[in-house]
Amino acid sequence: MGLRQRLTPYLLGMPGGVYLAVFFVVPLFAVLSVSLQTGNPDTGFTLTWHWHEYVTAIQRYHTQFVRSFEYAAISTVLALVLAYPMAYWIAFHGGRHKSTYLLLVLLPFFVSFVIRTLAWEFILSDEGFVLGTLKDWHMLPQSTHVLSTRTAVLAGLTYSALPFMVLPLYVALERIDRRLVRAASDLYAPPASSFARVILPLSAPGIFAGFLLVFVTNVGDYVNAAILGGPGTTMIGNVIQTSYLQNFDYPMASALSSLLIAGTLVVIFLYARAFGASRIQEYA
Amino acid sequence: MVADAAPAPVEARVVRVRPARYLLPIYTWLVLAYTIVPIAVMIAYGFNKAPSGRLTFSWLGFTTEWYRHVFDIADLTNALVNSLELALASTAISLVLGVPLALALARHRFRGTTAVDSTIFVDIAAPSVVVGASLLSFFISLNVARGLGTILIAHVAFNIAFVVVVVRARAVGLDPAIEKAAADLGAAPFTAFRTVTLPLLMPGIVAAALLAFAMSIDDFIITQFVAGQTLTFPLWVYGAVKVGIPPQVFVMGTLIFAAGVVIAIANSVFQRRTEL
Repeated sequence: MGLRQRLTPYLLGMPGGVYLAVFFVVPLFAVLSVSLQTGNPDTGFTLTWHWHEYVTAIQRYHTQFVRSFEYAAISTVLALVLAYPMAYWIAFHGGRHKSTYLLLVLLPFFVSFVIRTLAWEFILSDEGFVLGTLKDWHMLPQSTHVLSTRTAVLAGLTYSALPFMVLPLYVALERIDRRLVRAASDLYAPPASSFARVILPLSAPGIFAGFLLVFVTNVGDYVNAAILGGPGTTMIGNVIQTSYLQNFDYPMASALSSLLIAGTLVVIFLYARAFGASRIQEYA
Repeated sequence: MVADAAPAPVEARVVRVRPARYLLPIYTWLVLAYTIVPIAVMIAYGFNKAPSGRLTFSWLGFTTEWYRHVFDIADLTNALVNSLELALASTAISLVLGVPLALALARHRFRGTTAVDSTIFVDIAAPSVVVGASLLSFFISLNVARGLGTILIAHVAFNIAFVVVVVRARAVGLDPAIEKAAADLGAAPFTAFRTVTLPLLMPGIVAAALLAFAMSIDDFIITQFVAGQTLTFPLWVYGAVKVGIPPQVFVMGTLIFAAGVVIAIANSVFQRRTEL
């Protein structure tokens, strides 16, 4: 019985753990290995430990790298600004309808990601009902474009990020003990300072969980840039996708992926150092 | 959120109520409108008259034609069937692998807990393009032909993480004394698990299954990397962007949306009833 009990967690965890090791952890190293290989799809690839792929990758694509981190940062901040007051209001003043509001926030989850992005293409198109109508009323010059600009890509990225931001914020705000807020106002804290010194700090875990989920998702995204963007909005995800699936330049694509993994891991590491790794799982 | 520190303590409560009463609800509804507009566009354009069988940006009149001919495009229907099969299969497999792993993590301390924990954390937090790229590199290194099988492997790999997180959250909240009580009353360990623990875990398992199904049917980026020539519903739609989107795509999107909303509402009503 004693041995059996000690073995139980291993028996339970083994199949899932092995699966994750083989099909998630090992592939992450496979990328590293391919990035150090030389060759082409016809003759095959051999491991040559050539680091020059990385040098070329950075030389050729640093603009797209910087742009991806910039777009991810901007869309994360926009999503936070849009989501926080809403999450606050639902958590504190939603009353009986809390779950209804949450369902409305989560509605985009029930629509395929690609279709949502397409819908934005329809909304923002030159002849679409927003720009088309405004142009008909002569409120906008005929030459106005939104599609293929960074505004369009940022709108799409922010939109897909919104539910991921609202949920962790809501969870964090909902958990706040109302008596603490009460106590602040009983001690004559004006509303602004009770918000700044009680509510905001207590909701910080939610802010950081939302930040991580949204930033990491958006930094590697290429669908928004592909559908809503133009030649000037190419992100690193687009480059990786093209190198893998159209140019079959596996070493270059793998080098770019490795650099993106490294960048992301730095963000995750900083996050985990500051807030602990189990935190994100609570809110995910 | 920015406001001056008002120096009138007596009126504090009155001042505090005001933004909550007017500004915040208006703001919330504006953001909700932003959330809902693209969905409304999808539903509306599913009813748009499109003479060429391709959607146009302009509104040409109302028709239910596309609902009557929703399955007319054979390879689109095929792609949707692929997506549904993959979602079902990957949900089932990730539950079989993930639920025991979640129990092990919730109930026991064992060597490797931290390793598994961080793997799951990275699995959820890693950008899809990296997960897709690494799986493709892996399959290329092993000379595995890409198709439905590799897509299934990929979907299970990300779904396990979500299953573990959701089920573990439920399992941690369960009092181990309940299972112990069953054992004290003479139940064999497996009987105690089947008749006591499993029913209590059920809401978590159902939530995990719904989440896994939704993640799988909607996944685009990872799938595109490992799909080879096989098409799922999102892949087909993406491929059609350049040549023009047939209205059937928006009709199918609307039907999936409606089914998802109905299931979510039914699930929450059901859960509320069982918890009472």
